[in-house]
Amino acid sequence: MSSDGTGAAVEPAIGTMPEAAAVPAAAPGERPPLWPPLPRPVLIARIIIGVALSVVALYAPFYFTPENNRIISQALYLSIAAMGLNLLTGFTGQVSIGHGAFFGVGAFTTAILMVDHGWTFEATIPVAAVLSGLVGMLVGFPALRVRGLQLALVTLALAVLFPRVASKYVEGAGGVPLLRPPRSDFASLIDGLDDDQWAYFVCLIITVVLFVLAWNLVRGRMGRAMVAVRDQEIAATTVGVNLAGTKVGTFALSAAYAGVAGSLSVMIDRIADATNPILYLQRSIEFLVAMVIGGAATILGPAVGAFLLVWLRRNTEDLIEGKEILAPAIFGAALIAIVYVLPEGVVGGVRRLLARLGRRSSGSAARPAPASASDMPDDSINPGGSHDEGT
Amino acid sequence: MQLFVEQVINGIGNGLVYGSVALALVIIFRTTGVLNFAQGEMALFSTYITWKLASESDGFGLPIVAAIGVSMAVAFVAGAVIERVLIRPVEQARSPLNVVIVTLGLFLGLNSVAQLIFGTDPQLMPSPFPEGNVELFSSGGDAVVVSKDTIGLIAVLVAECVLLWLLLQRTKLGLKLRAVAANPDSARLHGIRAGTMLMLGWGMAAAIGALAGSLVASQRTGFDGSLMQIIIVYAFAAAALGGFDSLIGAVVAGLIVGIADALTVQYVDPLEGIEVVVPLGLILVVLIVLPNGLFGRRTVERV
Repeated sequence: MSSDGTGAAVEPAIGTMPEAAAVPAAAPGERPPLWPPLPRPVLIARIIIGVALSVVALYAPFYFTPENNRIISQALYLSIAAMGLNLLTGFTGQVSIGHGAFFGVGAFTTAILMVDHGWTFEATIPVAAVLSGLVGMLVGFPALRVRGLQLALVTLALAVLFPRVASKYVEGAGGVPLLRPPRSDFASLIDGLDDDQWAYFVCLIITVVLFVLAWNLVRGRMGRAMVAVRDQEIAATTVGVNLAGTKVGTFALSAAYAGVAGSLSVMIDRIADATNPILYLQRSIEFLVAMVIGGAATILGPAVGAFLLVWLRRNTEDLIEGKEILAPAIFGAALIAIVYVLPEGVVGGVRRLLARLGRRSSGSAARPAPASASDMPDDSINPGGSHDEGT
Repeated sequence: MQLFVEQVINGIGNGLVYGSVALALVIIFRTTGVLNFAQGEMALFSTYITWKLASESDGFGLPIVAAIGVSMAVAFVAGAVIERVLIRPVEQARSPLNVVIVTLGLFLGLNSVAQLIFGTDPQLMPSPFPEGNVELFSSGGDAVVVSKDTIGLIAVLVAECVLLWLLLQRTKLGLKLRAVAANPDSARLHGIRAGTMLMLGWGMAAAIGALAGSLVASQRTGFDGSLMQIIIVYAFAAAALGGFDSLIGAVVAGLIVGIADALTVQYVDPLEGIEVVVPLGLILVVLIVLPNGLFGRRTVERV
């Protein structure tokens, strides 16, 4: 999808300048192209990869066991939440360690509506999205005052608070703050599909829709405003970016993504749980990790990161027999190794590789590319507090 | 009244623990600009080392004070090594989130390695302080009774804070550390070895964590791998409240958080089970009014 990396190798001007500055280069009166033209081989390669991925994604649930389908669906909802965080942290530069709380709001909205009010699962997803979006908006207002690390810590507080508040006001069977909607409520609505396949497709469709939505968002006016806020807040306001609107809006949208993910998690894991006081903090950390190892401020990054995370966790679980307790250590070591080898995340690393290859093959023929590839990472990967907090 | 004073003193004890861990966070943040999520687990690991050295039944049976000293020394070296080997190479990638991921990886790794080496059963840490209670003063027939543990904890942590302040403000080494924190490049131009100072900063933070962790564990009736989980959250809260670049701020904010928490537990029944709302709510309000925290410096940003 949006590979500014390969584009930048061909059109250095786009890579080094902000998009807004590059746009007036088009003839007056003519609508400027949304993204730089792609060289034909790249376009063809992308179409092939896209078709292959779609076929794999559609065929996968019939190939795998129900257990594996469940794990893939987990990776899918994790990618939605990581994408939500990516919009906020990757593109807008507001670090949040509290997305677990929004995830939890979504999960409990769905579970409560199903258990206490007898709703069908599919109908609860929009409600979960709206409710967690509203909570996100509420959190977004204080976030206008608090920045950088302070914001990270305020949101951390949110993630710590959520399970406690939930366990105070939610009572499931036996007085435990834990809701389990009955299995039959998640039955497949299509005859030919098993329950696990149906769940997979629900997750897949929602993931694809939300990713396309995010992709369109960051390419447009709103996306430019977000990146401007991230890179230089004060400069952004002087060119007319609505700082408050952008931040609060992104917060709400990002929280809504996490809420949808939480809602889907109830379908996959069949549980909304507030018994573990640090569960939602762990969730927040998962989202952050998925975003960073996949590649912050990229479109495919969160999905790649989510799948990598789920795969890693799955394979570190029973790597050493009899030493299950070591699994988190191996997982942690793997995370550190990934950050060592691919500091820009998987997608960022692949981009850089492609840019280097592209420059080698086309650079001599077209024109010398003036330092575009070396500057590019600053453009595409600049997650979190690029603004120096004046330490 | 008597209950109130007792609760405040307990709050001060807990608050100093939060303040100490927050101090460690702030030292690391000021010298390297890293938010160290692994601080709590580093302290947990050192606490286990103290336990192993001091325990009569499962360990080497050293006197507890010596055990804490050795553990702090080990933590100091380990902290410096972590900075040099794990943090610095990643930091050069200029992405703060990557360092966050490394500290999160450390967090997971240290916790599980500690449980692998030292087991998952709750352990008992011997206390360096005498047993029993002290009657502080009596007001209208009610005596204010505080355990010697709590008083010892308060004394040691206050001494630690004072020593640290003296080190940073009154010695040449402290000046170098502060210079590197303020501006590493200028400090280098003045002939200060910035890398060494960064390692020292991490080492100091780890040693402070070792002390705080060991003392907290000795107060509990038993500790396990989850010892630091809530403490680290309060410590983060204290660091944010204090302004994140102020050492005094970290300690004062730790005290505020500790006292607010103790009083809520005692007096606000409707919040039973969610007492943590109060300190965290307090922080939210303070940060909205003063975004740089109580003691943080205001920064002027040039565009």
